Amino acid sequence: MIKRDLVIVGGGPAGLAAAISAYENGIKDILLLERDQYLGGLLNQCIHTGFGIEYFKEVLTGPEYADRFIRKIKNITSIEISLRSFVVRLEKDKTLTYLKPGGLFTVRPRALIMATGCREKTREMVHIPGTRPAGIFSAGLAQKLINIEGLLPGKEVVIIGSGDIGLIMARRFTLEGAEVKGIIEIQPTTRGLLRNVVQCVEDFGIPIYFNHKVLRIHGSDRVEKVSVAKVDEKMNEIAGTEFDIECDTVLVSVGLIPENELIEMAGVIIDKRTNSPVSTEVNKTSVPGIFVCGNSYKVYDYVDSVTVDSQLAGKMAAEYIKGLD
Amino acid sequence: MNKSLVCIECPKGCVLSVDIESSKAKDVKGAKCPKGVIYAQAEVENPTRVLTSTLLAEGLELRLVPVRTDKPIPKKDLFKAMEEIRKIRIRKPLKAGDTVFRNFLGLGINLIATREVGKRR
Ligand code: SF4
Repeated sequence: MIKRDLVIVGGGPAGLAAAISAYENGIKDILLLERDQYLGGLLNQCIHTGFGIEYFKEVLTGPEYADRFIRKIKNITSIEISLRSFVVRLEKDKTLTYLKPGGLFTVRPRALIMATGCREKTREMVHIPGTRPAGIFSAGLAQKLINIEGLLPGKEVVIIGSGDIGLIMARRFTLEGAEVKGIIEIQPTTRGLLRNVVQCVEDFGIPIYFNHKVLRIHGSDRVEKVSVAKVDEKMNEIAGTEFDIECDTVLVSVGLIPENELIEMAGVIIDKRTNSPVSTEVNKTSVPGIFVCGNSYKVYDYVDSVTVDSQLAGKMAAEYIKGLD
Repeated sequence: MNKSLVCIECPKGCVLSVDIESSKAKDVKGAKCPKGVIYAQAEVENPTRVLTSTLLAEGLELRLVPVRTDKPIPKKDLFKAMEEIRKIRIRKPLKAGDTVFRNFLGLGINLIATREVGKRR
C-alpha cells in the first residue's frame, strides 16, 4: 500500500484548482487521479465562450479555461498526475482502490479531496412517458458526441428543458446542419441565462415553448415524434392544446446532480435530496479529512466560483494535514 | 423607434432599452457597464458573434480541434463560416492560442485553437 499526504480524485476544474492550491499551501506529496485520458474534465467539451469572466477578467472557452490550469499543474513536478485511473472503492480510513491500465492499486492519503463533479439528470428522473427508442440523449452526452467525438446524434431535434447546456446545444446542432424543431420548457421562463436564449435560440429562430410539456415520446426503433401540450399554473396539461412535433432525436436538459457515490461508501453523510454531502462549512463533510469541492459539493452556476471554492478546499486540506503533525 | 435587447457580453444579461434613429443606436439605457452600449450599437448596426466550433484533425491524438474566431464575425456569415470550417484539416500538433487559419473568410479575423492537441500516441 502506498501512502500519500494528499490524494485528489478528479482532474477537472475543481481538482486542478485544489491540487495547485494545496501545493501552494505547503503540501508537496500529492497524487491526482483522473479517470479520463486528459485533464480538464467537462470543460473540454464546453467549446463555447463564457468562462473566466470573473476569475481571469477575460472571456474564454471551456478548453482555454482548463488549459490555464493544466499548464500550471504540469509545471509542478511534485504533483503526480495519474490519468486513466478510475477509483472503484473508498474506505472509512480513506484507503482508495483504483483501476489503471496495468492493474488495481491502493493508496492511503492523510487527507482526501473529492472533485468528482456532477452528472446529468436523466429522462427517468423527470418521468417522460412513451416508448424507449434510440435517439434520446442527455444534452451533455450530445455535447460530447459532437464536440469530442465528431458525431452528429441526429438531424431533427427536440430539446426538453431550457437549461444552459440544452440552449447551447440548440445552437451547436443548428450550426452543424441539424434542425432544432423546438425547446419545450414546463416553466414560464428559461432555466438558463438570458444571454443564451438570445445567442443560441433567438439568433437562429428556434421555437421555444414555455409552459409546455412533452406528454409522450413516440417511435419503435428510433424516435419518430413527441407529443406536446400547454400546461396550467399547476403544470397540468390543458385539454385540447396537444400537438405533435416530428423528430428523430430528443435531448433532455433538465439539470445536474453531484456525483458522490464514493464518499457515501466511506460513510460520509449525504443529503439524499440534493446528493450533496451534509456539511457545516463549504468543502467539509461529516468525516474529518475528507473534503469535497466543485460540482460534487454542490452544482455551481459558474466555473469561476468552482475555482475559488476549490482553491479554498486545497488550503483546508493543507491545514488539516499540518494539524496532524 | 425603441427596442429592447438583452446584452450577451456577460452572464448578468442586462436588459437594454435602445432608441433607434435611421438604423443607428442613439441612446442606450440599462447597461451596467460600457460594454453594453457598444453591444447595443453593434446589434443595431451590424450584429456580430464569436463563433466557436471544431476542426477535423488527422494523425493527432484527438479527432477534433476546438477553435474560436479571435474576434466576433458578422452574424450573417455564421453559416458560411461553418461551411469553410468543415473543409479544414489539422495535421500538425498545436497549443491552445495557436492561430490555425489567418484572415478567415477574408474578414480580417483568425481562427484560434482553444486546446492543446499533440501527436497520436
Ligand atoms: S452591460 Fe455590461 S454588465 Fe450588463 S450584461 Fe452587458 S457586459 Fe454584462
